Amino acid sequence: MNTPILLRGSIRRRLIIQLLAGAALLASLMFLVVQNYARDLAGQSQDEILSASVTAILDSASVRDGDLTVDIPYFAFSMLGNISDDRVFYAITRNGDFLTGYSDLPKPVASNGILPRFQTAHYDGEEIRMATATRRLSVSGTPDFVEVTVAQTRYGLRQQLAGISQTVAGFGIGFFVIAAVFGILAAQSAIQPLRQLAGSVSRRGLSDLRPVSAPVPAEMESLVGALNGFMSRLKTSLSRSEDLIAEAAHRVRTPLTTVRTQAEITLRRVDKPENRQAVREMIRAIDESSRAAGQLLDHAMVSFRSDHLEMEDVELTRLAQDAVSRLRPMAELRDIDLEISLPDLAMVVKGDPILMQSALLNLLDNAIKYSPPDSTVHVTARRTESGAEITVRDEGAGFPKADMGRLTRRFVRGGNTDAVVGSGLGLTIANEVARAHGGRLFLTNHSDKGGACASLSFPLA
Amino acid sequence: MRYLLVEDNDQLANAVLDRLTLDGHVVDRAPDLGTADDFIATTEYDMILLDIMLPDGDGRQFLQAHRTAQRNTPVIVLTARSEVSDRVSVLDLGADDYIVKPFDFSELEARCRAVQRRRSGGASNLHKYGDVVFDPLACTLTVNGREVRLRNRELRLFEIFIAAPDQVFSKSKLVDRLFSYDVDASENAIEVYVGRLRKHLEGAQAQIVTVRGLGYRLSLS
Repeated sequence: MNTPILLRGSIRRRLIIQLLAGAALLASLMFLVVQNYARDLAGQSQDEILSASVTAILDSASVRDGDLTVDIPYFAFSMLGNISDDRVFYAITRNGDFLTGYSDLPKPVASNGILPRFQTAHYDGEEIRMATATRRLSVSGTPDFVEVTVAQTRYGLRQQLAGISQTVAGFGIGFFVIAAVFGILAAQSAIQPLRQLAGSVSRRGLSDLRPVSAPVPAEMESLVGALNGFMSRLKTSLSRSEDLIAEAAHRVRTPLTTVRTQAEITLRRVDKPENRQAVREMIRAIDESSRAAGQLLDHAMVSFRSDHLEMEDVELTRLAQDAVSRLRPMAELRDIDLEISLPDLAMVVKGDPILMQSALLNLLDNAIKYSPPDSTVHVTARRTESGAEITVRDEGAGFPKADMGRLTRRFVRGGNTDAVVGSGLGLTIANEVARAHGGRLFLTNHSDKGGACASLSFPLA
Repeated sequence: MRYLLVEDNDQLANAVLDRLTLDGHVVDRAPDLGTADDFIATTEYDMILLDIMLPDGDGRQFLQAHRTAQRNTPVIVLTARSEVSDRVSVLDLGADDYIVKPFDFSELEARCRAVQRRRSGGASNLHKYGDVVFDPLACTLTVNGREVRLRNRELRLFEIFIAAPDQVFSKSKLVDRLFSYDVDASENAIEVYVGRLRKHLEGAQAQIVTVRGLGYRLSLS
């Protein structure tokens, strides 16, 4: 009955993925920006200290007695030590000639003024940051260029940066986690109205085709509108098909009733045996067709209702009593006793009472039809291990053994039923009703008396 | 019995009317609910046969109004609907029974009889013929103070005879009246039931007499 639903993607998953991707992107962007900024800041402060150191050394350069003196002040290096235990190198040149310090320090870039210039280089296998400044002195009237370079390794800076990176990464991850939690919650709450709608539709009774009236978010307006429209179309078409069934029954059966009644009247007025025989055959044919029409409609009704089962509590002993009292006049007409023996306990089954009644009436109708005159049809009900069972037994010829397996098929009738009008749908209907309720129809012949036994079993509620 | 037949289909109504009249009943026919109300206002009926789909309304409305007005006439609903729920709902509305079109006349008769028996609540409608007392509702025949319970076919057969004493009924006519047409009942079967009635009537003045070559009649000896 249920067609499998093809799934493609999930709104919730898509929302979560998008929100998580956004959060991850933002977190890593934040990480990169902050890290860059920190690196710039740290680099800048190292440059400033280097520059201060260079300036201090240059400032101490003086011309004394026509000779150049550079007295490196203590603080020029001590301020560099503040950062960490980075190594410090320096070099002083005069007019390009090495004076003192580390002679093999990389050459500074060419001067372009008096401002200190910075560069990053490698020395002794380590990365260093160099600051260089030049000062012009006048030694006995000739210009003299003193150039001071101070360099420092970058351990401290790297350490500092690593610390900052760690913190920023921590922040980034924290941000991501919080954003993810909010994202999941947001996705959940975004599809919540969808779930509520689905829940309220699936909790409905089968015949509840009222439009959805609970308020929904604006985005779902078109969905709910379409759903309501669909349900109203379904409702119309269901009631139309029910009406069609009823109307067809009326249209077919009313003229048949007229014909049958007129034929009966005619039979009363006709005396010639051959004419009487003809009229009898007419009546029989009318019975066949009207019964077939009736049973076909019943069968259509059963199929229709089985597809749209409306379950309610049905009390089986009550059902049996109703069916028996319904058919008692028909049994009396043929001098057949209906004997009903029911257990003194309620047997409640979940089912469609109309369908179950129809199944039982069909079995009873069969039993009465195929019973010999002055016999008894027994209706019993009992509890079984798996549920409840109603059995209808007659004292007739029984089901022919050869046909036993196929009697519940449509339009199949037993081989011993020629004299009785029937459509071959009664047992089909009973069987379909039983199956629709998770039960079964059992056909047997009574072991010693040989009458037909038909049992409907249903699981108990 | 006096019947009110509320049915809009002329052909069907005429057929039912003819058939009931043939059985000796008096029938008024109303083609719609308005006419039915007029009939009810002026005449007392023993039975109302009510169609559901009528030109000026739903038979169920009539039924409801009928019961609200506390009128006691039994109602049998004639329905063409195959929906059992419909049939059940007419019972809830106060119908005594329903019959699904097309019906076999014997079924209608049987249901009318059952309804009347239920409604009579033991009150009887006795027919006397000679020293025989016949109670069709209680299904009994009393001969010289001896009460015999009749089975349905015996009852119907005796009803035919007692309705027209001294009239001769052919076997074939009796077969028509007694058996539904779904069995190829033989005329021999009639002999069986006549035999049973004769046994019940043993010692009574009323006897079923064989008219050779023609059939049977009920006469006083």
